[in-house]
Amino acid sequence: MASGADLIRRAKEQITEVDPREVNDLLADRNGSVVVDVREQQEFEESHVPGAKHVPRGHLESRIEGAAGDKSARVVLYCASGNRSALAARTLQEELGYENVESMTGGITLWKDRGFDVEVPRTLTAEQRERYSRHLLVPEIGFEGQMKLLDAKVLLLGAGGLGSPTALYLAAAGVGTIGIVDDDVVDLSNLQRQVIHTNDRIGEPKVDSAEQGIHDINPGVEVVKYQTRLDASNIMEIIEGYDVIVDGVDNFPTRYLLNDASVRLKIPVVSASILGFDGQLSVFAPYEGPCYRCLYPTPPPAELAPSCGANGVLGALPGVMGVLQAIEVVKLVTGSGDPMIGRLLLYEALGTTFTNLKLRRDPDCPICSRDPDEISDEEMGVFPDYEAFCDGAG
Amino acid sequence: MSTVKIPPVLRASTGGEKEVSAEGDNVGEVLFSLADQHPDTKGQLFGEDGTLNRYVNVYLNDEDVRVLDGLETAVKGGDTLVILPAMAGGG
Repeated sequence: MASGADLIRRAKEQITEVDPREVNDLLADRNGSVVVDVREQQEFEESHVPGAKHVPRGHLESRIEGAAGDKSARVVLYCASGNRSALAARTLQEELGYENVESMTGGITLWKDRGFDVEVPRTLTAEQRERYSRHLLVPEIGFEGQMKLLDAKVLLLGAGGLGSPTALYLAAAGVGTIGIVDDDVVDLSNLQRQVIHTNDRIGEPKVDSAEQGIHDINPGVEVVKYQTRLDASNIMEIIEGYDVIVDGVDNFPTRYLLNDASVRLKIPVVSASILGFDGQLSVFAPYEGPCYRCLYPTPPPAELAPSCGANGVLGALPGVMGVLQAIEVVKLVTGSGDPMIGRLLLYEALGTTFTNLKLRRDPDCPICSRDPDEISDEEMGVFPDYEAFCDGAG
Repeated sequence: MSTVKIPPVLRASTGGEKEVSAEGDNVGEVLFSLADQHPDTKGQLFGEDGTLNRYVNVYLNDEDVRVLDGLETAVKGGDTLVILPAMAGGG
């Protein structure tokens, strides 16, 4: 009776072996050839030759035709060191009629020693599969969508009424990186609505308190803190590199500034505002739909632009609007559904009415009718009567 | 008769009313009818030349009247006009 080593030696005599260097050259010009990894699932998941198909040797006979349907095509098999692939190559050649099958010498071990690239397939950890299981169950998100969320970088402007629920739900959803811009500290009067903060964090910077709240619900989220106010000197540096911006700022000058900078960098902005019992929501996606200036070319006079601090707001209202913002972010990141681009939602809480309005791009918009490179630093955030407006707003 | 939805910042001028019924065959007439009933709204909606202030958007049902015929846009009974000034509260 032959030993296992004898069997492998004999198989290698019967088949053709190919050097990893030749396989690497083959990847650049496949010409109908197929590279097949015959190792076990776990080995394949750790790393494999880029573009390799996976057919575990135990399933070779039943699955090889799905990976390599043309028996006259060149088929290169590999395993860890070249033994299992030699046996598999013999099976394909002798029993299944493959005409041009080879086994890669030394397997992926030699491949790596030679310094050739490997592909590391992305997977969720067991903890992530459990944590995001309800996302994985909905086809609109699923594995692909969850991976996009984990890769996403979302910037929240303000960790206040709107930013609090948005931050909590985006953290819970697994958004990989959440940036927070806020220069304020937690105040007792915030806690009626700013649910990411807590009683024992009164007096702490909001960015620190929000970071704590985010990590309490999902420690896997990377939080980037900007304890500052957005202004023309720092906005481009702060927002660059983010995939989506969530606007919950409380004043017009910053909203115009944000609009102009986000148009220049082509970053979509999920915008909401609240007052009393009323909320507005829209998504401003540069060059895809209208921008904030298309909708509001000039701000209202100061007497028509009260802030929440002066006029009050129902505590749960920013909860509704902030969660709607979080949903829009998830839609933009995962590419599912119809984001609120070119639409404005009005929510009136006392009457419980929702009104949808159509928004149009303004062909004469001072910002988004132009090429982003033409927008200069000097004109960002500027609007007619800027000084007078700011004086009036105090 | 049309319904005009009043935004929060203008409700002080309408005695707190969120919706006001107003007569008129076009958008301009309906808004002037609103201004007749609640004179404080006039200066907030219209400039001295009688045109809509640029910081006020007006929608006939769900469409911006500026992409329709502006103040001349015909209004049918049962239509809703939405007045929408910018809001900036972040809470």
